[in-house]
Amino acid sequence: MAVYAGPVQDLIDELGRLPGIGPKSAQRIAFHLLKLPRDDALRLARAVVEAKERVSFCTRCFNIAEGDACAICTDPRREASVLCVVEEPRDVVAVEKTGEFHGRYHVLQGAISPIEGIGPEQLRVRELLARIEPEGVQEIILCTNPNIEGEATAMYLAKLLGALDLQVTRIASGLPVGGDLEYADELTLGRALEGRRVLDTG
Amino acid sequence: MALYRDEGIVLRTWKLGEADRIVVFLTLGRGKVRAVAKGVRKTRSKFGARLEPTSHAALQFYEGRELDIVTQADSIDHFRAVREDLDRFGRAATMLEAVDQLAQEGEANPRLFQMLLGALRTLSAQDAPLVAPAFFWKVLALEGYRPELDVCVECGAAEPLVAFDLDSGGVLCRGCRRGSSITPDALALLRRILGGQLGAALGEAASPATHEVDHLATRAMEHHLERRLRSAALLPNW
Ligand SMILES: [Zn+2]
Ligand SMILES: [Zn+2]
Repeated sequence: MAVYAGPVQDLIDELGRLPGIGPKSAQRIAFHLLKLPRDDALRLARAVVEAKERVSFCTRCFNIAEGDACAICTDPRREASVLCVVEEPRDVVAVEKTGEFHGRYHVLQGAISPIEGIGPEQLRVRELLARIEPEGVQEIILCTNPNIEGEATAMYLAKLLGALDLQVTRIASGLPVGGDLEYADELTLGRALEGRRVLDTG
Repeated sequence: MALYRDEGIVLRTWKLGEADRIVVFLTLGRGKVRAVAKGVRKTRSKFGARLEPTSHAALQFYEGRELDIVTQADSIDHFRAVREDLDRFGRAATMLEAVDQLAQEGEANPRLFQMLLGALRTLSAQDAPLVAPAFFWKVLALEGYRPELDVCVECGAAEPLVAFDLDSGGVLCRGCRRGSSITPDALALLRRILGGQLGAALGEAASPATHEVDHLATRAMEHHLERRLRSAALLPNW
């Protein structure tokens, strides 16, 4: 419903297109922007333009990159033989923060979601397969989200990659560290029990 | 504070903001309910896996002006065998998608609820090829679409029945044929599904006839909904 005239409504419409922003929030943000000092508003506009012009997706792993390849793909210290498959670039950031992974990534840019019409064809799956031979990949870690779409994606990839000569692993499910057991949902607790490990009693 | 309790099956979810989701339920008491689950995408969320598609949960809602808010969720069943098998998950997804299209907000439909729950339980117990198609045909019958399977809809002849036409509402003989062709095996299965022998039909192993019934069920549901089922279009590629 176009309540406001011209540029104000355009701004509300554009903001309303952003993920997670409903009509009400779009209106609130638009009026906030209108109240900002001119310099602050222009700085935001410039940041959007700069990011859009200088940043794109890595042609190899589809992570965010300045230029053709991302900082991880061009780093000679990263192992080429291990690939960590994630859904989104922000998952790369999450795994990087652990400091536990020294291989390269592959960003699918989404997850299988039948009801939204997103299948393997809509993801960067073909590009993943094309990397295995030339890069000498020996292990693929399926690091998609531990939710129903992420699990479906991991199952699909496991089946697809099963025919190839490499190791396919899935990140473990378990309980969040620092929490209380009684709050865990049944599925999480069930999987954590299955994934139990022997403690060193020596 | 307007709080209410109900039990529901999660049909689908949408991401909302940083860490929330809008969850669409089929509830027993209020039909379709759209509610916000706050913080559900955080790894430490109290909801865990309880609010994911297919989950059956006992719920408490806070009535909001536009959307209700989920305040509590206790798992009744999470249909793990469905979640952890790609084929079954795909079939469950088509059922959830169809129900999302059919169910109305604020209109209880306990029969539809029980049928969906029953279908998910069956699918969880056995990977039977006819669970989703039988569910579709049963739901269509509930909606008032019950195809004629015994005589030609055009001339009344009892055989040979060789075609099935959605617009005409049933089977047709060789002389009157239109729509798509149907094999005697598929017709027999369809009669069992709609004629009170559902249990026997669900025991069928996958065959060209079950495939035919499956395909026809999807088309009949799409015809009734007047739109394509996105998940059904994806399934053959898995
Ligand atoms: Zn890269
Ligand atoms: Zn006839």
